[in-house]
Amino acid sequence: MIRVEHPNDPNKDYGTPSAVSLNDLADGVAFETVTGTIDGVDITVPKGTSIMRASALVDINIPKLCATDSVKAFGSCRLCLVQIEGRRGFPASCTTPFEDGMVVTTQNTELADIRRGVMELYISDHPLDCLTCSANGDCELQDMAGVVGLREVRYGYEGENHLDEVKDESNPYFTFDPSKCITCSRCVRACEETQGTFALTIENRGFASKVSPGQSEAFIDSECVSCGACVQACPTATLSEKSIIEAGQPEHSKVTTCAYCGVGCAFKAEMQGDKVVRMTPYKDGKANRGHSCVKGRFAIGYATHKERMTEPMIRDSINEPWRTVDWDEAFEFAASKLKGIQAKYGRKSIGGISSSRCTNEEVWLVQKMIRAGFGNNNVDTCARVCHSPTGYGLKQTLGESAGTQNFDSVEDCDVVMVMGANPTDAHPVFGSRLKKRLREGARLIVVDPRRIDLVKSPHIQSDYHLKLMPGTNVAFINTMAHIIVREKLFDADFVAERCETEAFKEWMTFIQDEKNSPEYNEAVTGIPAQDIIEAARLYATGGNAAIYYGLGVTEHSQGSTTVMGIANLAMLTGNIGKRGVGVNPLRGQNNVQGSCDMGSFPHELPGYRPVSDDAVRASFEQAWGAELDGEPGYRINNMLDAACAGKYKGLYVQGEDIAQSDPNTKHVEEALRNLDCLIVQDIFLNETAKFATVFLPGSSFLEKNGTFTNAERRISPVRKVMEPMGGKEDWEVTMGLCNAMGYEMNYSHPSEIMDEIAALTPTFTNVSYERLDKEGSIQWPCNDESPEGTPVMHIDEFVRGKGLFKVTEYVPTDEKVTRRFPLILTTGRILSQYNVGAQTRRTDNNVWHNQDLLEIHPSDANDRGITTGDRIKIQSRSGETHLTAKVTERVQPSVVYTTFHHPESGANVITTDNSDWATNCPEYKVTAVQVAKVMSDDKNSDWQDQFEEFSERQVEYAGLDTEEETA
Amino acid sequence: MIASTKHQAVLTAINDNKELEGALLPILHQIQHDLGHIPSEHVADIAEALNLSRAEVHGVVSFYHTFTTKPHGQHVIEVCRAESCQAKGGREIEAAVKEALGVDYEQTTDDGQITLEPVYCLGNCACSPSIKIDSQIYGRLTTQSVEDLIQSLRSEQH
Repeated sequence: MIRVEHPNDPNKDYGTPSAVSLNDLADGVAFETVTGTIDGVDITVPKGTSIMRASALVDINIPKLCATDSVKAFGSCRLCLVQIEGRRGFPASCTTPFEDGMVVTTQNTELADIRRGVMELYISDHPLDCLTCSANGDCELQDMAGVVGLREVRYGYEGENHLDEVKDESNPYFTFDPSKCITCSRCVRACEETQGTFALTIENRGFASKVSPGQSEAFIDSECVSCGACVQACPTATLSEKSIIEAGQPEHSKVTTCAYCGVGCAFKAEMQGDKVVRMTPYKDGKANRGHSCVKGRFAIGYATHKERMTEPMIRDSINEPWRTVDWDEAFEFAASKLKGIQAKYGRKSIGGISSSRCTNEEVWLVQKMIRAGFGNNNVDTCARVCHSPTGYGLKQTLGESAGTQNFDSVEDCDVVMVMGANPTDAHPVFGSRLKKRLREGARLIVVDPRRIDLVKSPHIQSDYHLKLMPGTNVAFINTMAHIIVREKLFDADFVAERCETEAFKEWMTFIQDEKNSPEYNEAVTGIPAQDIIEAARLYATGGNAAIYYGLGVTEHSQGSTTVMGIANLAMLTGNIGKRGVGVNPLRGQNNVQGSCDMGSFPHELPGYRPVSDDAVRASFEQAWGAELDGEPGYRINNMLDAACAGKYKGLYVQGEDIAQSDPNTKHVEEALRNLDCLIVQDIFLNETAKFATVFLPGSSFLEKNGTFTNAERRISPVRKVMEPMGGKEDWEVTMGLCNAMGYEMNYSHPSEIMDEIAALTPTFTNVSYERLDKEGSIQWPCNDESPEGTPVMHIDEFVRGKGLFKVTEYVPTDEKVTRRFPLILTTGRILSQYNVGAQTRRTDNNVWHNQDLLEIHPSDANDRGITTGDRIKIQSRSGETHLTAKVTERVQPSVVYTTFHHPESGANVITTDNSDWATNCPEYKVTAVQVAKVMSDDKNSDWQDQFEEFSERQVEYAGLDTEEETA
Repeated sequence: MIASTKHQAVLTAINDNKELEGALLPILHQIQHDLGHIPSEHVADIAEALNLSRAEVHGVVSFYHTFTTKPHGQHVIEVCRAESCQAKGGREIEAAVKEALGVDYEQTTDDGQITLEPVYCLGNCACSPSIKIDSQIYGRLTTQSVEDLIQSLRSEQH
């Protein structure tokens, strides 16, 4: 008897999805089983398993074409027919559930005849160009022809056929060749079930049936988001990657982790020699479960783009051309500059910024170099400008600076509140997983000033879209809690058992104040009292309720307060410590969580432990053999201010582009110009590098070993598939600089760095490369208390012991709208581009978004005589830039919106110095502005003209080809 | 028919039916009835109202013969091509109709008055061969009687 619960081969297609949910499986929840016989083998499987899957689980592989285990069974190809004892006919094994006592035959002469007959029909209308076909070697139709023993096609090939159908090559990454289509609907079903976009259908009927994007359009003109799910599902060459058509099939592959957003999808990098020919989502990836988005799946061309910087360069001032030097000279030059600065201006006059795009190991080395080598705590990271309030707020209330759930948890949600996040654009794979749950019936509350796609898109409709005014998050979250308390909908038992009593009492007094009532706050947030009352009731009483939030929560003057308010709300309703609930920050970059975990903050050593803690510091001093400073160092904004004041003179920036991404660009530029030595380590000559005097070439995620930690605390391996173009992996570069500074580091592989991390960080104790290789990924904390890692946190008690309710008083931002600046500008992202765009702008993703537009509501546009396509001037208290207008009702009146993917847009010329009171996370999401049509012929603002001129000169100094790369 | 009236008819059909379970078919039927076709440019409105994608609506419209994306003539003549009618001389009827109208299947006469379509059984086999003109079925036809029918349909218009 073979008893099978779950497949263990991620490279095998089991035909139909598992009958048991991932979460039940992970938690070992008991499920009903059925036992029967297939081809003489006794098999026990979960009830609801198809005959096809039951067979595949014991390696009896029934021929199939229209079935694949990422989508539900369809039963259309008629190849998987079997015989069942006591039943008439030949049922399809994909749509027939395996039952107790069933005796199934999958192979006999009768079945063979039927299958061969079916294949004959398919092949009678299929081009016979296997040898020159792009899918040769990766074609299920070809495989099945072999499996069924097709030897002739009695119908001939001369009849009516589809062989002259025209190929659609409109998508930059894949082609659609209807002449090779067998109309199995796998693409249509993948678009619906996996991605949730519903961009495809089968049009017409019978012989005329054809896959149709939109209404018989080209792929590029349809709603297709180019996630690649259809290409992945296609069994033939019909949907093929252009890279495969060009290069041929890969000959080996390595599993690695995507370097785009904080979802952290696992991919197979499919290779020919040292060339990546295709990235395919890995089925065993526990964050993405076999799905992908346009960025991770296709937008990797940047990694070998001609603008990649591959040689170290130095210069004495930014007003002269670069000199290409070897690594040693660059390290010596940089180290002598930094040491000189320290001798002249003091130990604390230099520092560095680590990157959320680099690996944990690389970030670890940066902070180690600064702490042990520079002798101060002047280390910060780009999380400062995105999720630092998450770290602070969740540490205060729950006791750990991280989200509480895994992504699989969404499958158990009953109510989802999405606040200040746009998952379908910024975290697309999670967005698809969320939409799937919503289609299954979960309810949805969207809290966003802008109408994001989740508010309404095919088969998705939010129950409530609470359109609050930017800057009023705290008033909103307090009102939610007020209603729940007022209507006694909170979980008193949970609070009594799990939370600090005194703090809760104090909070109760605060929250019941009239100032937190929906009626009072209607005028503050702009949300009608009745709407928020109903939404609060839904959140409190709708079952498992989870909050997912993004930078719309954190990037405010009260970002930390809102995060604490969110934690309060989750504790109040008992929505923490189990599946389907929780507080879930959607992290922006691939390794934001990791870079924070690795001690990138000026006040915290790795594992979020204060530098002022003597015992903690001592453990590091002993391991590192250096005395560490007990005083917190500079945050990024302090570094910039001190640079402007002439007190801070040397800065090492690894893989971050503060000149584009940080607020108030003019202030950043002034600070950078004031430095005596700016060292930039990056794969491109980014905006910041244009102000540098030392440039150290970085390596892409394909060129190094290491780990990334995603938004669910999942540590996943990054594996080297090609040699670094500059000759060194990033950790080797930091090591080289550090050694030149006189503090010795000597690692031969990042696994040794991970061993050091595990030895010094209590939440990482049991993490090792050996385990990661074996298990695929691990969610921290992973130590003796949680040896298997921790998918869901705070189960029996909070990390800090008792949960702490924090009083979260609403304080309006100083960034007030006035007659001079009557509109609020808020910023965000778009699906096809990523962050500052350094990667995606160097790919064909520009087809979808080649410039940042300013979205403005028709009423505001009318008042100003603005129409879509007009060039408009946006002015704030900080500066002015020009953008092209897009008039749309997605934004509400008095709010305008733009993205910040293109440096020449100058979105951050407009944003101000205002920041979160606790963490200095910039208030990107609220800037008072005025907009007007540009009347003169001058397309650009003064800043944009200067930017262009400066940028061109710097590109010339670096000897780069200045020709604009366009898609 | 001017565009705005067309749009109005689509919106009316949506409003009249959208609360029904499985509202898509009733909406499409009403539009087809009122406009003689489903205007492609308004498929987006139907999709939006029912929270479907354009592709899904397009899939349904293109699946059923009943729905067409080009305007029908004022009248529709459907000629039965099923077994019984073929056995009783349906092919001659078919040829006569095509000849009389000067169009093939799925086409409309130049004056925009009559659209010709094939149909596979009208449920009138005992009286084969049959055709249907708009909502009226005619049986036991001869080439002469079918020409007469077309003649009278034409004269009725003038």
